[in-house]
Amino acid sequence: MNSRRVLITGVSTFWGGRLARALEQDPRIETIIGVAPEDPTCALERAEYVRVGTQHALLRRIVQAAAIDTVVDTRLMVDSAAASSRAIHENNAIGTMNVLAACGGPDSPVRKVVFKSSAHYYGCERDDPSFFTESMRRPHPPRTRLEADIVEADDAVRGFAGRNPGVTVTTLRFVNGIGPELRTSHTRLLALPAVPGILGFDPRYQFIHEDDIVGALRHAVTQELPGIYNAGADGVLALSEVAGLLGKPLAPVLPPWGTSLAAAGLRPLGVRIPEEVQRQLRYGRGLDNRRLKAAGYRFAYTTREAVERFGEALRVAPLEAAQAAPYRYEREVEEFLRYSPSVRRGADESAAAGRSSN
Amino acid sequence: MSEPAALPAPDERRRHLPALEPERQVTDWGRSERVEGAMDRLLYDFLYHYWFRVEVEGIEHVPTTGGALLVSNHAGAVPPDAPMIAKAIKEEHPRPRPLHLTVEHFFKGYPGLSMLVAKIGGVPAHPANVHRLLHDEEQLVLVFPEGRKGSEKLYKDRYRLRRFGRGGFVEAAMRARAPIVPVAVVGAEEAQPIFAHVRLLQKLTGLIYFPITPTFPALGLAGITGYLPAKFRIRFLEPIPTDQWGEAPWEDRGLVQEVAEEVRARIQEDLIDQLAHRRSAWLG
Repeated sequence: MNSRRVLITGVSTFWGGRLARALEQDPRIETIIGVAPEDPTCALERAEYVRVGTQHALLRRIVQAAAIDTVVDTRLMVDSAAASSRAIHENNAIGTMNVLAACGGPDSPVRKVVFKSSAHYYGCERDDPSFFTESMRRPHPPRTRLEADIVEADDAVRGFAGRNPGVTVTTLRFVNGIGPELRTSHTRLLALPAVPGILGFDPRYQFIHEDDIVGALRHAVTQELPGIYNAGADGVLALSEVAGLLGKPLAPVLPPWGTSLAAAGLRPLGVRIPEEVQRQLRYGRGLDNRRLKAAGYRFAYTTREAVERFGEALRVAPLEAAQAAPYRYEREVEEFLRYSPSVRRGADESAAAGRSSN
Repeated sequence: MSEPAALPAPDERRRHLPALEPERQVTDWGRSERVEGAMDRLLYDFLYHYWFRVEVEGIEHVPTTGGALLVSNHAGAVPPDAPMIAKAIKEEHPRPRPLHLTVEHFFKGYPGLSMLVAKIGGVPAHPANVHRLLHDEEQLVLVFPEGRKGSEKLYKDRYRLRRFGRGGFVEAAMRARAPIVPVAVVGAEEAQPIFAHVRLLQKLTGLIYFPITPTFPALGLAGITGYLPAKFRIRFLEPIPTDQWGEAPWEDRGLVQEVAEEVRARIQEDLIDQLAHRRSAWLG
């Protein structure tokens, strides 16, 4: 099936916005509709934005009215520092349920659902395998609320796939993202003058470059990838290796026992190390990405290269901070450009082409 | 998608393994060339040549290519047998290959050991790890089926092999269609005999056991690596091919147990043979 009419949920998230922009470049995609409760955080050209949360009745009307054939769900929150645990539960567990409800049903035009999941699905334990494959279950029940919600969402998607055999359902389980523009608990820790760690541990870390996150999602939209795929770049680095690539010392500031207490003690200093990050700092995690590679996706960066790009961005960050003004979504302007009869579409595009060639 | 996602076909699985990055000094398993090299120069070299005066027989039984599962007896509070077997392959084998050692999950969770063990070639003993190493990466893997039952046994029980787990190592080798190479090591029992265990201190430190050896805890923490100069003899026995029993032999639990028992018997027999010819524990 060729995706032509795409709905992206969570278009105001980093990945939703970036994916919308990537799909805008693809002439085969007729329509891109982004929905989110907040304004988009990056400039969109032809994608349309509708301010709506995850109320399934509203989403369903949009899906029906626009004859959406592909829904990409990029809303999943994977960082417990990003919001309260209650908000994360609402978003991850309840929100996913609602989005799936809007996609299902006998009269639904949706033929493909792409779900952005997370490697937190597998958890982080002492007796983990060194490389998780997609068919592996986590060895223990979830330890943190974030993980419990992610497991619930991921399982809900699998259930949806079982009930809707006519719909291609792709679940991409992403490892920790990294890149020049992405901001997560991990990138904030790696941006510190020294990389904090737990005394006596040098965990294994696998990252995926932000471009590869978008690339893998886009691959799932343009190709047929039924099933679950681990999305992590080639290469699993030791944390000391990551620190070395960034040119920073590894500072084992957290004690091996009483780690969460010590982490709480760092909070007033502005260093926040959430629970799931503490688990990763202790045990590390690696994913087997061969299924996604066999499905035709080529990673643009290895983990090492992704960390290097991040390091380069960190070095020039102080220079760039002064220049860039943050993007602000202006509803009236965007709507004028898209719908006003006064806008001469062809002229606008050639003007844009002229600008970029200069 | 209701079906759990399966991995691609075997040759695909090999083809899609991550490419080696020459810039890196650490493997995806967390093994560090630098730390390994330092340990080799500072400790293993000396132990191998001068302290244990290791003698090796049957090195030709270690295959030059492809995965193989080395199975050995296990002894010593901090067992010196694993690094000596690895060193033997490095020194004597016409085509030296790295050896991966499966270790208990305990090591990944204990501060300090967690860093060190992975860096010198320890891999958590998860069936999926052994399969990836043996089948996909075609590496040499060393297992001690006795596990800690072997290393914690007291001096009076020396050279008596413990139970060989549940035969998981046989299943792993069968699935990977990799040969099993039994290895008999003489000397490790005398190098670090354990006279007793202290339960209370084991509980307090959270270690898997807290032994009394000739040098530990008498000489403090450093005493844990205090080895007596026993003469080491490592004998690699004839490989047992695991692709001789048809398509999925691991489903036959009886066969798995039988093969495990066979491997154990071969090692035990060879140990008794070596001990019968040994005149002195120290001079060989």
